[in-house]
Amino acid sequence: MKVLVNGAGIGGLCAAYEFASRGALVTLKECNSSIGGNPSWQAGGMLAPWCEGESAEDCVVGLGIRALDWWKTVFPDEVVNNGTLVVAAPRDVAELNRFGSQTTNFEVVDGTGISDLEPHLSGRFRKGLFFSKEAHIDPRRAMQLLHEKLLELGVDIQLGVEGQQDAPGFDFIVNSVGMKQKDVRLRGVRGEMLIVRTPDVSLSRPVRLLHPRIPLYIVPRADHHFMIGATMIESDAELRPTVRAVVELLNASFTLHPAFAEAEIVEMNSGVRPAYADNVPRVERSGRLITINGFYRHGYLTAPTLAQQAADMAFEAARTGELTS
Amino acid sequence: MLSLYGKDVTSRFLLGTAQYPSPQILSDAAKAGEVDILTVSLRRESAGGQQSGQKFWSLIQDLGVHVLPNTAGCHSARDAILTAKMARDLFKTNWIKLEVIGNSDTLQPDPFQLVEAAAELCADGFEVFPYMTDDLVLAERLLEAGCQVLMPWCAPIGSAAGPLNPTALRTLRGYFPGIPLIVDAGLGRPSHATTVMELGYDAVLLNTAVAKAGDPVSMARAFRNAIEAGREGYLAGMLEPRDFATPSTPLIGQAVFS
Repeated sequence: MKVLVNGAGIGGLCAAYEFASRGALVTLKECNSSIGGNPSWQAGGMLAPWCEGESAEDCVVGLGIRALDWWKTVFPDEVVNNGTLVVAAPRDVAELNRFGSQTTNFEVVDGTGISDLEPHLSGRFRKGLFFSKEAHIDPRRAMQLLHEKLLELGVDIQLGVEGQQDAPGFDFIVNSVGMKQKDVRLRGVRGEMLIVRTPDVSLSRPVRLLHPRIPLYIVPRADHHFMIGATMIESDAELRPTVRAVVELLNASFTLHPAFAEAEIVEMNSGVRPAYADNVPRVERSGRLITINGFYRHGYLTAPTLAQQAADMAFEAARTGELTS
Repeated sequence: MLSLYGKDVTSRFLLGTAQYPSPQILSDAAKAGEVDILTVSLRRESAGGQQSGQKFWSLIQDLGVHVLPNTAGCHSARDAILTAKMARDLFKTNWIKLEVIGNSDTLQPDPFQLVEAAAELCADGFEVFPYMTDDLVLAERLLEAGCQVLMPWCAPIGSAAGPLNPTALRTLRGYFPGIPLIVDAGLGRPSHATTVMELGYDAVLLNTAVAKAGDPVSMARAFRNAIEAGREGYLAGMLEPRDFATPSTPLIGQAVFS
């Protein structure tokens, strides 16, 4: 089976991996000249299906649970299985109760429990929710490692090349090009994020700070780096982060731990997430065209499962002889 | 039927459009609540050009309801006036929900800047829906400025506290019997909406209580019913509470007034 995958965001990379590891001859085309030129590069990398269930549809939670297993199988050394800690300032404890009433698979922890999990947050919060089954991954490392794995699997990776939506000579064409897809159902939701560095705070897992207006998460990365995210703005404008967004994210991080005030700002960035009206990602097939899109804020959380579904569709069609190339 | 600045509206339930799990759920909730006016904020979304949030607008416009743009996030009269003008260009409506925030933590409106902005916008042909505290004198100043609708809070935005000062709300109703009064902000549960509608308020505006509910669509329906219940109760004429029980049948043979 010959397959062309257009787009090397997390959707395209996972799709290329699924097809190649099942024996397909895969070509991957990405219009950016580097692997880091799309919104997947700015992601948090939280593998947190149960937390996301707070606002996401149930099916997204299901997609995320399957994908969590995929990540653990494909990158056992990269996935950090330390769970997620959700906290709120004492005055916002109602937010914590609301979050708990809309999610499952967590335990309530008190101040002692919080300081056992995250000693640096000792004494700062009196109540939290601990989602022990969740995990996280560094999305940039994940993209680079997927890239390497694809090369090992013999995938022909072409960077800086426009994708071809209807190229001859392929049994299947998989499009995972995000906002570049011409689909009136898609809309953009801009997100802004920061990376800071401080050796004064240490966290073992993503920490979410609930707030009625400015919810925030901080994901620890290697070498004292922390990713702080992320805004959700109904806009597809490709803007640099706004002052307001940066101020709000930094203020909230300061609430989580005052030492963030002394952190160096390493990076400020933004990206536009592709989303359908229900914020649920989709795999759709029409003949030899397969489209994967609409990841919204759930790229790393759901891409592997959608890639599996896309490969299942194609191999099933090939097996039943439905498709003749 | 409720009439706001000469436009008839079919529902006494005004809904905000922020913080929903998805635009689809927002759309479903607006339908379930039989909402006829949706408020939209444009400050952030319009950054980067007026076309940038177009998809979200078109999803809202597809609902076929009145759009009430707001100046959420503005902290000065000047800021709010500028935002109102952008909103008028974008949405082709003179309606503006005027928010001028005085305290960024409680989102309490700044009464001084609010009156200043309202006067300028009314003079410029806007039809202003001022988000205000429940202060009587402020209400008078806003009417003098040209507002023909008032929108007092009943508690801080997003607090879900419900009516904290029914006396102040009752005072406004009593002083301004002919002015449409809409409670804006602070409602947490359907019974809060019933309470303010029973006070004779013309409508309620809420957002978080629906958007952040476990099931926003069901919650919108619950609020719709609660608003109707309060309105009907108000129109039907309610019994005034009294300090002692009044038996509905005479208690023969007992010393009733001992």
